[in-house]
Amino acid sequence: MAIVRYPRFLDYSNPFQELERMRREMDRLFTGLMGEGGQRISSGVYPAVNIYEGADTFFVEAELPGIKSEDLDIAVEGNTLTLRGQRKGEEEEGLSYHRRERKLGTFHKAVTLPSDVNSEKVSAQFKNGVLKLILPKAEHAKPRKITVKME
Amino acid sequence: MTDKDLQLQEKKEVQTQSESTRNVPLFIPAVDIYEKESSLVLLADMPGVPMEDVEIDVNNDQLTIRGMVSAEESQGTALLREYAVGDYYRQFTLSNVIDQSKIEASMKDGVLKLVLPKAEAAKPRKITVQGA
Repeated sequence: MAIVRYPRFLDYSNPFQELERMRREMDRLFTGLMGEGGQRISSGVYPAVNIYEGADTFFVEAELPGIKSEDLDIAVEGNTLTLRGQRKGEEEEGLSYHRRERKLGTFHKAVTLPSDVNSEKVSAQFKNGVLKLILPKAEHAKPRKITVKME
Repeated sequence: MTDKDLQLQEKKEVQTQSESTRNVPLFIPAVDIYEKESSLVLLADMPGVPMEDVEIDVNNDQLTIRGMVSAEESQGTALLREYAVGDYYRQFTLSNVIDQSKIEASMKDGVLKLVLPKAEAAKPRKITVQGA
């Protein structure tokens, strides 16, 4: 079971933002029911992440095209992973745009993982705009094998 | 402009007339197109696509961009899946003022940059009016 937490400070400058998020959530819920496996439930916060769990590691992936690694800030504390950053564009004067679909701006997303992570052993790879994080579980959170002795 | 919060944009899936042989979804990359004095520049977000797997095809006035993701099997069980991984495909009709032989392409951080130089005839020319 995944729990996703995201910054919940209400943005009063845009009161419809939360409404919009709920609408998207509903849309997604229904498309999920219609097929597609229904596994995709998004928090609606940039960036979209995929989380996988291995025996003693978590794998987190995010698509962050056009973001330089120096503009990306990754922090892990306990079981919370925080991704923070900024997408900057090429600043040039005198451009006339025909299309502008790629959005620029800052982002901040916190994800709660099911168990604590050994923050010292987290490794990150950022290649072709895709971030891949390997987060080993903390020692106390690793599954322990219990052998049953027969008497 | 840049201190705005980024909103999540759902990836848009496309339906092509012919089915793709790769069993992955096909998405429309988000693009920026801007015009400079001597060229048209196109930027397309294609995260996960290595440089060698981008195909750019110009056929008459039809520009086709295709990017193949190197799909690596993710280990473990999925806990959360907020996005799907797939290829990218988009087509544009170019105006014939582009010098199609001089198109330049580069790929950086998952963003494709195409520079489409304008043909000589299409470049703005200064016309000086001479007084009599």
